[in-house]
Amino acid sequence: MNSKLSEVLAAAKAENRAALIGYLPAGFPSVEGGIRAVRALIEGGCDIVEVGLPHSDPVLDGPTIQTADDIALRGGVRIKDVLRTVQEVAGSAPEAAVLVMTYWNPVDRYGVARFAADLAAAGGAGVILPDLPVEESEEWRKAAGEHGLDTVFVVAPSSKDKRLAEVTSAGSGFVYAAAVMGVTGSRAQVGTMAHDLVDRTRATTDLPVCVGLGVSTAAQATEVAGFADGVIVGSAFVQRILDAGEDEEAALAAVRSLAAELAEGVRRR
Amino acid sequence: MSENDYLPGAQVPDARGYFGAYGGRFIPEALIAAVEQVADEYEKAKNDPAFLAELDLLLKDYTGRPSPLTDVDRFSAEAGGARVLLKREDLNHTGSHKINNVLGQALLTRRMGKTRIIAETGAGQHGVATATACALFGFECTIYMGEVDTERQALNVARMRMLGAEVIAVKSGSRTLKDAINEAFRDWVANVDSTHYLFGTVAGPHPFPAMVRDFHRVIGIEARAQVLERTGRLPDAVVACVGGGSNAMGIFHEFIPDAGVRLIGCEAAGEGAETPRHAATLTKGDPGVLHGARTYVLQDEDGQTIESHSISAGLDYPGVGPEHAWLKDTGRAEYRPVTDDDAMQALRLLSRTEGIIPAIESAHALAGALVLGRELGPQATILVSLSGRGDKDMHTAAQYFGLYDSEGK
Repeated sequence: MNSKLSEVLAAAKAENRAALIGYLPAGFPSVEGGIRAVRALIEGGCDIVEVGLPHSDPVLDGPTIQTADDIALRGGVRIKDVLRTVQEVAGSAPEAAVLVMTYWNPVDRYGVARFAADLAAAGGAGVILPDLPVEESEEWRKAAGEHGLDTVFVVAPSSKDKRLAEVTSAGSGFVYAAAVMGVTGSRAQVGTMAHDLVDRTRATTDLPVCVGLGVSTAAQATEVAGFADGVIVGSAFVQRILDAGEDEEAALAAVRSLAAELAEGVRRR
Repeated sequence: MSENDYLPGAQVPDARGYFGAYGGRFIPEALIAAVEQVADEYEKAKNDPAFLAELDLLLKDYTGRPSPLTDVDRFSAEAGGARVLLKREDLNHTGSHKINNVLGQALLTRRMGKTRIIAETGAGQHGVATATACALFGFECTIYMGEVDTERQALNVARMRMLGAEVIAVKSGSRTLKDAINEAFRDWVANVDSTHYLFGTVAGPHPFPAMVRDFHRVIGIEARAQVLERTGRLPDAVVACVGGGSNAMGIFHEFIPDAGVRLIGCEAAGEGAETPRHAATLTKGDPGVLHGARTYVLQDEDGQTIESHSISAGLDYPGVGPEHAWLKDTGRAEYRPVTDDDAMQALRLLSRTEGIIPAIESAHALAGALVLGRELGPQATILVSLSGRGDKDMHTAAQYFGLYDSEGK
C-alpha cells in the first residue's frame, strides 16, 4: 500500500516535475495564524508541508527559524496545538501530505507510541526527526510503522556511501538531502554538494530524494528540481511572515506568493 | 580505560555509548562522521604509548600535576570536626581542572589534522583552558559564551581574548551555558571539516562523556593514592560539585569500585530546589535528551528545556552528564542540592579559615562537605574536589557580600 507521502511524490513525478515542500513552525505567529499560514503554503502550490514543532533548543536552525520558534513558544504553543495544526490542515487539504518536523526530545517526552498514534489520528503522513540518527530510531520506527506513518531521514554531504545505504534503507517516504553543511537559513547559492549528494543517495535507494537547506528562490528551486525529486523551503517562508509584522493578511499573501513562485520554479526544469 | 566491572555484567559505556539507559548519540546526520572520527581517533590514541607519554608530560610540566592534597584544619572545625582534605585542582595552570581534558583533546585535534577549535564555556574556566591550549598548539580558537555569563565572568573573557581566542557572546535563549552549547553545535555543523568541537564536560554525544571522564580520571587516581598515603585509609566520602559533572566524574571514577566510599555530587539549587530558580538537574529533572545524550534534563511536560539558574555560571546548566544519571539510578552516587547562599557562605568560610578563595562552583562542594561532616562526625574523612580558584568570581562575590562598599562586610 502506498503512503500518502509516496502518492503525492509519485503524482509530481507523473507530471514530470519536482515536488514542492514547504516548512513553517506551528504556533507562528499564533496557533490560529499558524494554521492559516500552513494552509497558505498549500494554496500557493506546495505539495507537501512540514509543520515544525517549536523547540527551546533548536540546534540545527539558524536565526530565522530560531526567532519563529521563540515567538511560538512565548505564545504558549504546546504539542497538542501542533497536532491540531496538522489536523486542521490535513482536513482542509486532503490533496497534500502533512509531515511534522521535530527535534527528538518532545516526542520522547510526549511518549513515542502516543505521539505516533496521535499524529496518525490527526491525519499526519509522517515525520522528519533531524537529531534522531538511524541507530537511535528503532523504537520510533516500530511505532510509526504500526500507525502507517513515514519516517524521513536526513542525509548530509558528510555522509559516507556506506552510511547512506544504512540511512536510506531505514527510512520511508523520501530521503531529505541537506544541500549544505550547516543550519537552516537562506543562502545565496545552493552549492555543488547537493547534486553530488543526490547522485550518491540515488545509488543506494529507490526512494525519492528531496533537497533542502538554503533554498529560497524560484531560480534555486528550478536548479534543484533539475536533479532532485523535491525542493524543500523553510526559512524563506518564515522570513516572509516576520517581514509582514502585525499584518496577517500581508503575511499570508506573501507566503502564497512565494509558494506560487517556487511552484513555478519546480515546473521549469 | 573505560572498563568498569563494579556492577555485575556492566561495562560502561557500551559500544553505543550507553551508561545503562543514559548516553547514546542524538545528533544530526551531518555530525555523525565527525563524531565517529573523534571516537575512532580516541580509541587509537588511548592505546598509543606515544600519545599517553606526551599527555603525561604536558600534565606534569605545563599543568603542574600532580595537584596537591591539602589538609584544612580550621575549615574542618566548622564541618563537625570531620577531617576535610582538598584536592587542589585550583592550583593547575589556568586555575581549574578543565585543563586536564583540554590538553587531551588538543592532542587529539592535532592527530585528526584539524586546525581550528571551538568550545562552549559557562564560567569561562573551560574557555580559558581551551584558549590556553590553542595558544600552545597554534590552533585557531572560537569560544561561545552566553551573554549573561560574559557579563558576570568578564575577567575570563579578557583572559581568553588575551590568549588570542575569539569570544562570541551568545544572545539566544537564556543566554547562558545551554545556549552557548547550541551555538557551538551550529558552528560545528557548518565547519566540521576544519574544526574540532572541544566539548568541556562529561555530557554530549558518545564518545564525549567517556572521553572527557577519562582525561579527568587523573584527579581521582592521584587523590586516592594521596589520601591513602596521608591517612592510611580510604576517605569516607568524596564530594564534588556537579554542573555537567566533569570534575566530579574525574574524582569519583577511581573510587567507584570502593564500595565503602560514598560519592556525593553537589548540584546548584540556586534560590532553592523547591523554587523555580535552580539548576538541580538530577534532583528535580526527568530523563530526556539534551545536547546529544539521553540524561536527566530540566524540562516541561512537552520536552521543552526549562531555564536553569545558579549564581555559579559553571553550574548553571539544565542537563548533566549521562554517567551521573546512571550513578544516581544505580544508587552508587548521591546528589544533593546546595543553594546559592550556602555556597557563598562556604566560599567566604574557606577564604577566611584557610586563605584559599575557591571558585563558586567548588564552593558548592565545600558547602556539601560542611553538612556531611556534621552528619558523619569527627571520625570521618571527607575528600573534596576543589575544582577551581575564585579569582574569576570576585565581581560576583563583591556584589554578594558588599565588598565594593566603603565599609565592606
